[in-house]
Amino acid sequence: MLAMLGSGFLVSLQIFFLTLLGSLPLGLVVAFGRMSTFKPLSLLVQFYISIMRGTPLMLQLMVVYYVPYFGFGVSMGDGYRFTATIIAFIINYSAYFAEIYRSGIQSIPRGQYEASGVLGYSQAQTFFIVIFPQVVKRILPPVTNEVITLVKDTSLSFVLSVPEMFTTARAIAAAQKAMTSFVVAGVFYYLFNLVVAAAMNLFEKKMSYYHE
Amino acid sequence: MNSPANTPRQVKGPARAAIGNLERAAASSPAQTDSPAQENAAPLLSLEHIRKSFDDVCVLQDISVQVSKGEVLAVIGPSGSGKSTLLRCATLLESFESGRLSYGDLVIAEDNAQGQAVYASKHVQKQARARFGLVFQNFNLFPHFTVMRNIASAPMRVQRRPKEEVHEQARALLAKMGLSGKEDMMPCELSGGQQQRVAIARALALNPEVLFFDEPTSALDPELTWEVLTVIRNLAAEHMTMVIVTHEMFFARDVADRIIFMEDGAIVEEGRASDLINDPRHQRTKAFLSTYAAKR
Ligand SMILES: Nc1ncnc2c1ncn2[C@@H]1O[C@H](COP(=O)(O)OP(=O)(O)OP(=O)(O)O)[C@@H](O)[C@H]1O
Ligand SMILES: [Mg+2]
Repeated sequence: MLAMLGSGFLVSLQIFFLTLLGSLPLGLVVAFGRMSTFKPLSLLVQFYISIMRGTPLMLQLMVVYYVPYFGFGVSMGDGYRFTATIIAFIINYSAYFAEIYRSGIQSIPRGQYEASGVLGYSQAQTFFIVIFPQVVKRILPPVTNEVITLVKDTSLSFVLSVPEMFTTARAIAAAQKAMTSFVVAGVFYYLFNLVVAAAMNLFEKKMSYYHE
Repeated sequence: MNSPANTPRQVKGPARAAIGNLERAAASSPAQTDSPAQENAAPLLSLEHIRKSFDDVCVLQDISVQVSKGEVLAVIGPSGSGKSTLLRCATLLESFESGRLSYGDLVIAEDNAQGQAVYASKHVQKQARARFGLVFQNFNLFPHFTVMRNIASAPMRVQRRPKEEVHEQARALLAKMGLSGKEDMMPCELSGGQQQRVAIARALALNPEVLFFDEPTSALDPELTWEVLTVIRNLAAEHMTMVIVTHEMFFARDVADRIIFMEDGAIVEEGRASDLINDPRHQRTKAFLSTYAAKR
């Protein structure tokens, strides 16, 4: 049983890291779209964010999975279950991260931009040298919350029967007519989140070499 | 037709360097080529007939100011009179609706036929930014950079100067600011007065021709103002060209060559520093200076 749960855990890990890899950068792009002075773009992005935050992630998983078939009549192979999961997680978490980035960027005082401008930095230099490093420090606590939620959310991919840990635990429980596998899976999730929290804590400590 | 003076000649030895200098001087200020003896032909900074409003409220009305090399100009006036706005227009943090702004031979904005200010290209604006520095009321240091990096970052990233040279200059500037040995500290570890001196060093590291100050001491505890004022005094003694908005009347009188008194977005009185403070001519200047004296 442990071996099965272990391989399920590896799939959960893949979902976790691929989602972060995609949504952390994409969230920044979405945040820029949201803050764009070009109104149509900003409104469109606002709409996307509100859909992502206002509907269940489980539903989003199903929609991403079924859209090729019911929307376009294309039937994807079995491997699409995993791909659909990753896509759904990335577009969902990008929306959340975008709002975090946005609040972080908007919390940086105007004087920082003005000082950078007077010193001759280009807009890109201002953002990447002056603004973004300060944003990272400020948004670390809400990002930690999202990352911990993500660990638990990976279990939602059971609706697409992706063989991650929760799907595996459910299958084992049904076969054995016992809930031991659920308890073990719970312990796995909990331990993993302990590690995540410790890592984020370390990161926050690293960033505490200055305060404002 | 080329005049002989403009024809390139082959010169060897030390004379060549001298000619190189002349050519560089000529290229940087073509207006002066005809009469090289005449200095300060074009003022370092010139603002002419500047008008600026926020939401239809006129904040600057027909302001004209010129600053020549080595001059220290102080700007005084009651709160809301437009002093900061004037500085922000001169440093391209705000744009104005009409008028003309130039740094030496670089024209940044000029009225078109309709009397609306048209700004020069981004490229020209960038060139202009290299000519001035600005010291803010609340310092605006970069909190995530050490003192050294605050000072050295822009010279390296914007002016692309080599690290060794920049760091050497930064250490010299810190010594001048009385901050030797503070290179590796973070701004949050410094007092307000120290932070403001780092901000002055940061501005000076880009070798600006003009340095603007917007109330450099008004965010400081009274006992910390003198250290910043002393630094500015020393810069004045070295003939650094400066434009200083300040509420420190006696400082303005002592350090500035010329003072402008502003009220309601207009220049009410302008004159030699000691004259304007000791013997103001306009009733409104007198009134302002007396309320100021009463407050102290
Ligand atoms: N961004 C802005 N939007 C709208 N109005 C503004 C803005 N900035 C300044 N003002 C207005 O412009 C006028 C001049 O302001 P400014 O800050 O230039 O005055 P000041 O002389 O620097 O005053 P203080 O001595 O208080 O610093 C004020 O009436 C102010 O309310
Ligand atoms: Mg002001």
